[in-house]
Amino acid sequence: MIRKLFPYIGKYKIYAILAPIAVIVEVFLEVNIPRIMAKIVDIGIANRNLDYILKMGAMMIIMALASLILGALAARFASVASSGFAKEIRRNMFYKIQDYSFANMDKFPTSSLITRLTTDVTNTQMTFMMMIRMMIRAPIMLIMATFMAVSINARLSLVFMFAIPFMAIALYFIATRAYPKFRAMFKKLDRMNAVIQENLIGIRVVKAFVRGEYEEEKFKDIADQVRETQLRAERTVIWNMPIMQFAMYGCMLAISWFGGNLIISGNMLEGELMGFISYVTQILMSLMMISMVFVMLVISRASVSRIVEVMDEKPDITEKPDPEVLLEDGSIRFENVSFGYGGPDGNKVLENINLNIKSGEVAGIIGGTGSAKTTLVQLIPRLYDVIDGRVFVSGRDVRDYSLKTLRNAVAMVLQKNVLFSGTIKENLKWGNENASDEEIIEACKAAQAHDFIMSFPNGYDTVLGQGGVNVSGGQKQRLCIARALLKKPKIIILDDSTSAVDTVTDAKIREALKKNLAGTTVIIIAQRIASVIDADKIIVMDDGKINAIGSHKNLIETNPIYREVYESQQEGVVENAGA
Amino acid sequence: MPGPKHAIRNIKPKNALKTIKRIISYMKPYRAHLILVIVCVLISVASNIAATYFLKPLFNRYIIPFIGQQNPNLSEFIRMILIMGTIYVIGVLATYGYNRLMVAVTTGTLYRIRTELFSHMQTLPIRYFDTNTHGELMSRYTNDTDALRNMLSQSFVHVFQSMLTISGVFTAMLLLSPLLTVIVVLMLFVMIIIVKKLGAKRGKYFRERQMAVGKVNGYIEELIEGQKVVKVFCHENKVKADFDKLNGELFEAAKQANTFASMLRPIMGNLSYIHYSITAIAGAVMSITMGLDIGSLASFLQYTRSFSQPVTMMSEQFNSILMALAGAERIFDMLDQEPETDEGFVTLVNAEKNEKGEIRESAQRTGLWAWKIPEGGGVVAYKEVKGDIRFSNVVFGYEKNKTVLSGITLYAKPGQKIAFVGSTGAGKTTVTNLINRFYDVPDGAILYDGIPINNIKKQDLRRSLSMVLQDTHLFTGTVMENIRYGRLDATDEEVIEAAKLANADSFIRHLPQGYNTLLTADGMNLSQGQRQLLAIARAAVADPPVLILDEATSSIDTRTEALIEKGMDKLMEGRTVFVIAHRLSTVRNSNAIIVLENGSIVERGDHENLIRQGGRYYQLYTGLLELA
Repeated sequence: MIRKLFPYIGKYKIYAILAPIAVIVEVFLEVNIPRIMAKIVDIGIANRNLDYILKMGAMMIIMALASLILGALAARFASVASSGFAKEIRRNMFYKIQDYSFANMDKFPTSSLITRLTTDVTNTQMTFMMMIRMMIRAPIMLIMATFMAVSINARLSLVFMFAIPFMAIALYFIATRAYPKFRAMFKKLDRMNAVIQENLIGIRVVKAFVRGEYEEEKFKDIADQVRETQLRAERTVIWNMPIMQFAMYGCMLAISWFGGNLIISGNMLEGELMGFISYVTQILMSLMMISMVFVMLVISRASVSRIVEVMDEKPDITEKPDPEVLLEDGSIRFENVSFGYGGPDGNKVLENINLNIKSGEVAGIIGGTGSAKTTLVQLIPRLYDVIDGRVFVSGRDVRDYSLKTLRNAVAMVLQKNVLFSGTIKENLKWGNENASDEEIIEACKAAQAHDFIMSFPNGYDTVLGQGGVNVSGGQKQRLCIARALLKKPKIIILDDSTSAVDTVTDAKIREALKKNLAGTTVIIIAQRIASVIDADKIIVMDDGKINAIGSHKNLIETNPIYREVYESQQEGVVENAGA
Repeated sequence: MPGPKHAIRNIKPKNALKTIKRIISYMKPYRAHLILVIVCVLISVASNIAATYFLKPLFNRYIIPFIGQQNPNLSEFIRMILIMGTIYVIGVLATYGYNRLMVAVTTGTLYRIRTELFSHMQTLPIRYFDTNTHGELMSRYTNDTDALRNMLSQSFVHVFQSMLTISGVFTAMLLLSPLLTVIVVLMLFVMIIIVKKLGAKRGKYFRERQMAVGKVNGYIEELIEGQKVVKVFCHENKVKADFDKLNGELFEAAKQANTFASMLRPIMGNLSYIHYSITAIAGAVMSITMGLDIGSLASFLQYTRSFSQPVTMMSEQFNSILMALAGAERIFDMLDQEPETDEGFVTLVNAEKNEKGEIRESAQRTGLWAWKIPEGGGVVAYKEVKGDIRFSNVVFGYEKNKTVLSGITLYAKPGQKIAFVGSTGAGKTTVTNLINRFYDVPDGAILYDGIPINNIKKQDLRRSLSMVLQDTHLFTGTVMENIRYGRLDATDEEVIEAAKLANADSFIRHLPQGYNTLLTADGMNLSQGQRQLLAIARAAVADPPVLILDEATSSIDTRTEALIEKGMDKLMEGRTVFVIAHRLSTVRNSNAIIVLENGSIVERGDHENLIRQGGRYYQLYTGLLELA
């Protein structure tokens, strides 16, 4: 699974190759050291040959030092490779998400995308590091140590014929049994975390309805399941240690017995026997390592597959090969447009929309919750692609333009808008990076934001917290409008963007738009009739269809929905305000 | 560049000893287990040491004397092998034993800590949740508990085992050759210096990495939340560049931190080989000059090999133990938070009236409620719950020295509808939060049917009130279960009745599985307006004497609102209702409208009155003032 991500390693590939190479040399040295140890005992000590011992000892120290340096280097290479791998994955994922369309975004909950970019990448990085350090090391160690053991005494190494298959089968058994159990445990953990999260978010509801005990019961139940599954999963893997010990001790006994006999009959030396025991340790340890990496790989599979999902998601809005980069005016035309969030087979949210807005016109859109007002306007800057029919801007199908051209020409103030942490000015510059201070002030004046900005001690340099927490709802909306104005767009869409602004300011904004943006098409989605009352045309949406188009005056007379909305907002005001 | 400042989480405990003691206290139920664990570890380590120790007699007594003999007497040799075999088997069983026991101890202890933490969390005041982010609180259950799990299941045993091994091996070495042991001590000294040096570097880069992780994660969080805005402004390239910078910083820090963490093992492992050669040389000199026997030397050399591993192991565990303890401290800190105070003694009971009009407690739900007031000496008085609420001169602030409400006096007679109007921050929600005692009033009094609300048990007080909040929170579960959250013993019919009242029935029936449709992830598949309708239904099913509607219809369009008006009227009938609404059409028909400004009441009266006054309310109503 993780292999699918390897291509992303990019320039850190060299480290991913160097690390195992260093490991191989290190292992080679490490495997040879016991041999020298054996010689020291058998030849040096047995013959009381100090020279020999000194020579061999010095050699061993040199080898150990070399192995130490290589080991440290391997650690370095592996760290660079795995950190680099993680960095590249993060970068590629982040870039990929930048290419996502709204429809792509809708497929992943925000919180899930964040987890994928953070926790899942960390898990993958750890697994990768283990892999490049252990996956090469363990098998090579196994082979080399076996080879050395055989070269010391082939007959004695027959012991391995029993030990290795025994360990391999046992470890394989443990790992394959553990996997589904761990998966079950992680599932329960996820559920438990969801219960905590919901409790935290809804703590006021919990308290208001006095549901503390009910929540506790719910939590105890899931926590108990977590305990159960964890117990089951861990019970499996704890067999690793005793089995390893069992094999190890078994080998030692067998080697002591057979080796002892060989020594007695003069067919083996004591030092050789000890060297042999060292190799047993190395062989069994490498088997352990292999099984550990195996378990890690298996556990990280979920993380990797979540990353791959993000990478594999195809951005469904793409530019056509040689896109148009010129967009002349702000005229808009919908031609038999149908749209649904679920694609061609899903529910249609918009059906058969035909609409014509001339360049420079002001159009208002009115309609109840779920009548697809937002959906309609999102098709103009091509945030979603139509399923059927065509949307034209400036006389051309929106799919003909480059996305940059189109979206620079169509400014949209989203209903759920976001300011970013940074100064007010930095936020406004999102609209136009090269905007001069004069331009910024002009835009803010039009959006009726200048005055309140200046009332802050730091004016335009006031730092906003994440999500613009330190300005009120109405102020935030006006900043968002100013930000959109700075784009100097051909079309500006205000999606319920003045809902928290009082009617007088709202009217002023509309007035300023008319004055400053003559020739710019303005589309206003509003709950309040007052916001659209003097638009050139008002579009009444109902259940995904255009119910009527007309001016305020003629809709009041002819359209029952419009009249109803109007009346629901006017009741009282007319008779009382007049009184 | 955007990117919120993230609190750097402590990675060092403040008082390690105290924390360890407290963790151990959680393991008390497993005292027998733990004693057995200690015994098993002792056996396991002993057999491990014996495994090496037995090489000496084996060589010296049973092998070397017989070298070259034609018919050696091997019965002693066999006996030795058998003894060792037995010891080994016991050792293996002990290893399995302590592992198995520790799993039970770990999972059980974690379960206990988790449930205690969650239960305690339910008792904490709202204020605590205001001052701690969800992410921070969540991490107690995830990161901190994970670190604790690692420590419980691995570190405790490993450290114990390592210490035993080190002292055991050391003793064995001393017995074999005190002189050679001096070399070991010197080497040990070198090792400790290296471990310390590496540890310090690793700690430094570890902190740097934590900081970089915080920054990158903060950036990711903020930008992914605002992804749609990024798209609308074609800002992708700028965002990518900013991200690359932070990501690069993280890479640098992570690279260093990982390097030092993973260098330890190869360095220590190879140092042990160097150690081995030095010992071998010294040993050889001794065996030649002082007649040290080969068997002893062979065993001793084996011990030097098994000496470095526990040292490495301990140094590796050291960091994770520190982290786990820091995490445990955060968990305990939460457990030490004062729960909501509740000195109330008046309780809420179902009641019925007998022919004489006296109120009596009833076991069933009668629709009639009474306050049960113990009056000492086992005498109990009952008082009908009517929904009469009075504030007198209430002063309140979320923080000291920052009053949000100053001198609020108001009353709501049973069955009245009282509306609060005013701009954001005027204190509307605060007033309602005081009624249900999410926060306590330091000054002034609030009376509920003449009883000071501090005398009413919080649970009972809250059961007598139903709240519909602006942000509707749904729980994972079916639509039916979510509405039933208002009253757990409501029948399906009652739930459907409530949904009809809230005008939610029709959209619920359009859902794929109607009332049994599973709502996930805080009701993502419903619109904000639909969720509010569910919240209204939830309040309806609770059927309390007092109702608080905090912007309950803000996401419902005016037309739908008009449709549910009848239902709402019915819901409010006979109840005292407090309404906070942004949309003034919602508050028009209230008995009294209270206009709040900067925490004080600036106007009060009914709609017509206030309009006639032509004051603040008039301005708000005619749209001359900004509300939000």
